[in-house]
Amino acid sequence: MDRQIRRLGIALTLLFAVLFAQMAYVQVIAADRIKNDPANATRQIIAEYKVERGAILSQDGRVLAKSVKAKGSTDYLYERIYSEGPLYAAITGYYSRVYGRTALESSMNAYLSGEAPELAVSNFSDLVLGKPKKGGTVVTSIRTDLQEAAVRALGDLPGAVVAVDPGNGDVMAMVANPSYDPNLLSQGTADDMKEAWTAYNADPEKPMLSRAKDELYLPGSTFKIITTSAAFQHGYKPETTVKNPRVLDLPLTSGTLENFGGSLCNGGSATVTVAEAFKESCNVPFAQIGLDLGAKKMSDQAHAFGFCPTDPPEQTECIDPTLSFEVPFQVGRFPIPEYFVDNDPLLAFSAIGLDNVVTNPLHMALVGATIANGGTMYEPRLVREIRDPQGRVIRTFDPLKYGQPVSPNTADQVRQLMVSVVDGGTGYEAAIPGVVVAGKTGTATNGPGRNPNAWFVAFAPAGPNDVPQIAVAVIVLDGGDLGSEATGGRVAAPIAREVIAAFLRRSGG
Amino acid sequence: MSEAIAAPRPQRTKTGLSLLVLAMVVSLGAFATAGFGLRGKPPRDIYMYGAILVAANVGAWLVIRLTARRADPVLFPVAALLGGLGLAMLYRLRPEVWVEQAVWLLVGLGVLAIVLLLIRDDRQLDAYTYTLGLVGVILLFLPVIPGVGREINGARLWVDVGGLSFQPAEFAKIFIVVFLASYLSSKRELLAAGSGRLGLPRVKDLGPLLLAWGASLAVLFLERDMGASLLFFGVFVVMVWVASGRPGYLLVGMVLFAAGAAIGYLAFSHVQLRVDYWLNALDPAKVHDIGYGQLAQGWFGMASGGLVGTGLGQGSPTLIPYVGSDFIFAAFGEELGMIGASGLLLLYLVLIGRGLRVAIERTDSFGKLLATGITTIFALQTFAIVGGVTRLIPLTGVPLPLVSYGGSSRVATYVMLALLLRVSAGPWERSRG
Repeated sequence: MDRQIRRLGIALTLLFAVLFAQMAYVQVIAADRIKNDPANATRQIIAEYKVERGAILSQDGRVLAKSVKAKGSTDYLYERIYSEGPLYAAITGYYSRVYGRTALESSMNAYLSGEAPELAVSNFSDLVLGKPKKGGTVVTSIRTDLQEAAVRALGDLPGAVVAVDPGNGDVMAMVANPSYDPNLLSQGTADDMKEAWTAYNADPEKPMLSRAKDELYLPGSTFKIITTSAAFQHGYKPETTVKNPRVLDLPLTSGTLENFGGSLCNGGSATVTVAEAFKESCNVPFAQIGLDLGAKKMSDQAHAFGFCPTDPPEQTECIDPTLSFEVPFQVGRFPIPEYFVDNDPLLAFSAIGLDNVVTNPLHMALVGATIANGGTMYEPRLVREIRDPQGRVIRTFDPLKYGQPVSPNTADQVRQLMVSVVDGGTGYEAAIPGVVVAGKTGTATNGPGRNPNAWFVAFAPAGPNDVPQIAVAVIVLDGGDLGSEATGGRVAAPIAREVIAAFLRRSGG
Repeated sequence: MSEAIAAPRPQRTKTGLSLLVLAMVVSLGAFATAGFGLRGKPPRDIYMYGAILVAANVGAWLVIRLTARRADPVLFPVAALLGGLGLAMLYRLRPEVWVEQAVWLLVGLGVLAIVLLLIRDDRQLDAYTYTLGLVGVILLFLPVIPGVGREINGARLWVDVGGLSFQPAEFAKIFIVVFLASYLSSKRELLAAGSGRLGLPRVKDLGPLLLAWGASLAVLFLERDMGASLLFFGVFVVMVWVASGRPGYLLVGMVLFAAGAAIGYLAFSHVQLRVDYWLNALDPAKVHDIGYGQLAQGWFGMASGGLVGTGLGQGSPTLIPYVGSDFIFAAFGEELGMIGASGLLLLYLVLIGRGLRVAIERTDSFGKLLATGITTIFALQTFAIVGGVTRLIPLTGVPLPLVSYGGSSRVATYVMLALLLRVSAGPWERSRG
């Protein structure tokens, strides 16, 4: 019998050896494939929620998003709190176990979740000390005082305000109406999240798309900053005169192009200087300048400012990417020269920011900042640095130069024109006593039957010896509180003024 | 023929006690770690639980020392460690049933002591061959009786007695193994006579084998208990083979097993379903169905644990349906990794190794066969559930001995452990006569 018992021992050991082999297969050899099976998503999400995710801070140290221990539920250890509700939603995004993550929660996830290699040292020491793993902290360029000033200035009007630092591209404030509350998508039960998600998606105002950066609008006359830049880059001077008919007869069509409201420019003189036309925001002379420059120069200048090339009507998406950003950003668009071949009327309308030229406040703030900064354009920057859980800076993000769309001389000439707009021109409502403010108004249709959108692009201080500290772009949709009477100068300029004034007060300027 | 071990084995008290202390330290360490992993602090009841666990185990160990002085010193500490680890894992997985299971562990230890006190010599049992066999068969088929049996999760395994429900098959195992040891030890001369070079059994000796085969199929058919069915047949074939010394029985057993499996698969839809769960667990169209999803989640858990595991209390094994009972091994795989789960399997291998050593050390065939049978039950049961959870074989819902949730199986396992300890205590020094 003993021989059989020994053989039994060998047989049972072999059976167990097969178990070990199967375990090695499941837990090591095929482990990655098995655990990445889509049906295992819940376990991966739970694992993610076991990490104390890093916070998202404003430049001045306010906590915009943080993770706290969840009450009750043991499966999801932490939940995400956005203490300011909808105010920073377009910046932080949401962090939802049902709908995933967006904005900085998505693009900075490697740092926030602690997975980034820069955090390995800190993680390892935590592991050795037996402490739970923590994510890194993301420090943004947002200034809470300015964000709050912008939201006060915009009030309940539908639209958006963006403020950037011309010297480095820092986005200091970015506000849009309406917005959404990321808390509703990041906390509570899956049903709570679904309810909020359904409501937000059913809302025709699309609160989850920021009007500051995710939507695109006709820039109208604010685009004359770029048309004028193209002109000065190609031999025009502020005092160069252009023909000034009341109505521009467009070649090849029976259509015409008029000044705003059919008005006379400069009292109806036969010719007008570029400077005077800019100050009064006359359409006819700028359409003429666009036609005289030609499609190539106009397109090149717009693309140099980061407007991406398109070829409407088939190709309205960007053919080549231009500006980058840490969160989703629809850059402005301007068609390729081929689009205008044998179609001068479209070029005339494009030169005054209509037809297929589209943009948004973030992009226009960057355009204003480029003029303010002597022609050097920075990519927008939203994240300044990453800190480890102990507060040590583990990565800084340097300002990124995008390019030099115009010469310093051109930038200075455009600056003077923009100063004149606020100093007695269409943008006089943006004037601040004791400070030189530069600006440009815009009033653009928002589709048939709707009141116009009001624009203002500005920067300050803008005196000859000043170094501008802030560039602002404002859009108010559908006429704001003035309805069909709305213009950029009356509706948007006062908002820009308030934001700039608040900024300069805080900076002691 | 067996080798005789002439000299009495030393008592090795120190070895046993130090192993037991180690088992207690590891068990309580696992319990504390589970609390840390879950809530960042040790469980509230750790001192009370620790005191009771240590007291009960040391008490049981003292009973072993007093009533079975020369018992194997390793068996009990290994079993205590398995029980302690199982309880720590149950605390982590199902805190709401943990106290109940801790009580069952104490009951099990108490029953172990009682068995050792009542049965001072295992050969007492050898006198009741057919009584024990009859009780075993009755217990096995008790759940089939209308009004007594209860069906849970498609299997008819439960019996209600005065408000308590238990799984009689767990206890039937014990009686049947003792019966087989007794019966085969008296009939082994007859069985050993075979014919031909392969040692195929004579046709007239095939009776008992066919009877056991039929009974196993009946269990499969009437109670839908694939696990018990396989276990009984497996133990029977192994014991007949060891008793007779004829590989022919093994061969015939395997043929019968294959035939039984084929019949089971063709005849019973619940067997077909088990096989389909096993083969198609990860099929995206089926994975959200619990039969498939349970196996898939078990795999996901073990794969997520990887080599070293997430740490006790830090994985998500509660996503696995029935993780406390059938799938507790997957929870070990997830939270302690392949290393920890392998450690657990090695403990069973130690148990098996010691059990077979006890069988070899005994000089009488009853003792040999009893130790072999009990050890084989431990081994086959462990293999069936671990192989099922890891998808090596189709899942049969048998408990992981000493570790899974379950009162009946815990108590029954302690009874078998007590018998194994009793067998190990002698009379192996008896002269070969």
